[in-house]
Amino acid sequence: MDSNLFPEGHERCSLGRFLAWIVFLGLFLGFGGYAAFVILSQGLVVTGLDNYFGFGLWITFDLAVIALGAGAFFSGFLKYILKIDQLKHIINLAVIVGFICYSGAMLVLTLDIGQPIRAWFGYWHPNVHSMLTEVIFCITLYCLVLVIEFVPIILEQKQLNKIPFIHHLAHNLHVNMALFAGIGAFLSTFHQGSLGGMYGVLFGRPYAFREGFFIWPWTFFLFVLSAVGSGPAFTMLVATFMEVLTGKKLVEYKVKTLMAKIAGSMLCLYMFFKIIDTWYWATSYLPSVGLTFDQMFYQTIYGKWLMWSELGLCGVLPAIMMITPAIRNRPALLYTAAILDCIGITINRYVFTVQTIAFPALPFDKWVTYTPNWAEWAPAGLIVAYGFVVLSLSYRYLPVFPQEKALNAK
Amino acid sequence: MEKQEFKIKWGMVIDLDKCTGCGACMVSCQVENNIAPQQDASNKLRTLTWMNVFEMNNGQAFPDHEIAYLPRPCMQCGSPACVPVCPVVATDKNEEGGIVSQIYPRCIGCRYCMGACPYHARYFNWDDPVFPAGMEKTLSPNTSARPRGVVEKCSFCHTRWGRAKERARKEGVDTMDMPQEWYQTACTTACPGGVIQFGDVNNPKHSVYELVRSKYAFRLLERLGLDPQVWYVSKREWVRMLGDNYLESEKAKKHA
Repeated sequence: MDSNLFPEGHERCSLGRFLAWIVFLGLFLGFGGYAAFVILSQGLVVTGLDNYFGFGLWITFDLAVIALGAGAFFSGFLKYILKIDQLKHIINLAVIVGFICYSGAMLVLTLDIGQPIRAWFGYWHPNVHSMLTEVIFCITLYCLVLVIEFVPIILEQKQLNKIPFIHHLAHNLHVNMALFAGIGAFLSTFHQGSLGGMYGVLFGRPYAFREGFFIWPWTFFLFVLSAVGSGPAFTMLVATFMEVLTGKKLVEYKVKTLMAKIAGSMLCLYMFFKIIDTWYWATSYLPSVGLTFDQMFYQTIYGKWLMWSELGLCGVLPAIMMITPAIRNRPALLYTAAILDCIGITINRYVFTVQTIAFPALPFDKWVTYTPNWAEWAPAGLIVAYGFVVLSLSYRYLPVFPQEKALNAK
Repeated sequence: MEKQEFKIKWGMVIDLDKCTGCGACMVSCQVENNIAPQQDASNKLRTLTWMNVFEMNNGQAFPDHEIAYLPRPCMQCGSPACVPVCPVVATDKNEEGGIVSQIYPRCIGCRYCMGACPYHARYFNWDDPVFPAGMEKTLSPNTSARPRGVVEKCSFCHTRWGRAKERARKEGVDTMDMPQEWYQTACTTACPGGVIQFGDVNNPKHSVYELVRSKYAFRLLERLGLDPQVWYVSKREWVRMLGDNYLESEKAKKHA
């Protein structure tokens, strides 16, 4: 019925089946939308947040998806600036995943602030000393850059592209994409860093505070490295997951190993500095404020297992796996390494968000714990479902994967 | 951010050896600042307690067990952790006296300042403030009620300072050198034991001038570098030791 809209020479499932899939996703969208309505009408009192945990699931979710969405800016940088041509086979997907992650994060942020109607104050009354101001500006601008990068993919839709003006517009946007890739790389580097800086500057919070270079705490640089060490792996995983869902080959395995090699190399660099940073924090900074490494952890919920998982099982291990050709050339091991990598970065964002404020700095205060409730999970689910919808529509109607036709030729 | 110094430095000194933990300071603070009663205040992590009393103990078993109560207002830090992080300049430390302001109509409710403050002195309005019928007649006309979704905190009863300055101008007194009793916070005046002293710690005519220089005076988490404007006094060493974090080796050295 809608086959005229499909990319040239590609087959897609029936419209009925596609609509059934969208309706399924709509359940999550509906539940998330209901939660958003309840939150906006009744306030954040309906969440599991409190005065000790002003930040929780949403900020963790935002930071994690922004890191995992870094595949867009880093792949764009490598493709358009460093001219690694092979990435052209996955760059469209990287842009779409980046767009979903960033726009989704912004949607959640509007729920997370107590006065959503004042959200524009961040632009109108900026505090130049706040890392969060930098984050607000850069995320917004970079989201716009991602829109600009996404537009040519939409304009290449078969029917739209028949219109001469749109055809030329898409072509010219492609020609000048290096400019946007460059702007995107600049903006994204800064806000990935500022997200880390947000925690590193908290000199009242010993779990997160870090010294650094000039105005940037070490976490600024570590967050940039961790994002580029996981973003490409996540994009590659999304491509693979889409292959499973569609039953088709979408990206050549060689391109996937290239993405893993890039992520692995950056992850190695990240882990090198992260381990030094952790060592210095534990053995030098903490004792200087009368604290010990052991005091930073609490029972299972904020236990050391999180740190060892982040650094070892989900850090050093996947880094080694992804830079070793013999391992990354075996699909099962490659995907395992990429999943571990993404989990590790998510743990990092979680502990910096939640454990930082869970640690009782006052000696006579107690550890308290935080558990997100349905009102927080539902909007997070909404964003995931929104991502699926955007990806599903893009895959069905847009030429996202240049290699799809050749890889699936009978 | 560069640290600012002011001629007046409003400071609070709380004698922990006298505090009985009666909570009068908390109540007076709630009344003075129009904090609406909550229908269900059982979750203490959701209550609005600008002044909060903590209970501490020396960790010893009976008969050596000792307790102390520690009233905790906003520390009005000299180097506040909350001010530089606010993305919209809804909190600032730029006024004579060094009180950290909170501008409710500017706050977007991101709660970054709450995450930055190690004293948990900042509170979020999780719900709409609802005053039971008739209670509006008891509200203070000087303090604005805050809407849902903004952060609030102790302001050293800032409006009382405004009134004290008005009085000084009327009576021809220098506003930079007012008698101590002209500007007192609600908690100070309500404390039945005279535990809380308030004044300009830079003014030798104010009682707090001497108190903050006592060898028994200490501040909370000084090692983190926030430079609080609230001091505590206790002759009990274990109480003073609980004001900050110390390694076991440091504790041993202090006790030696």
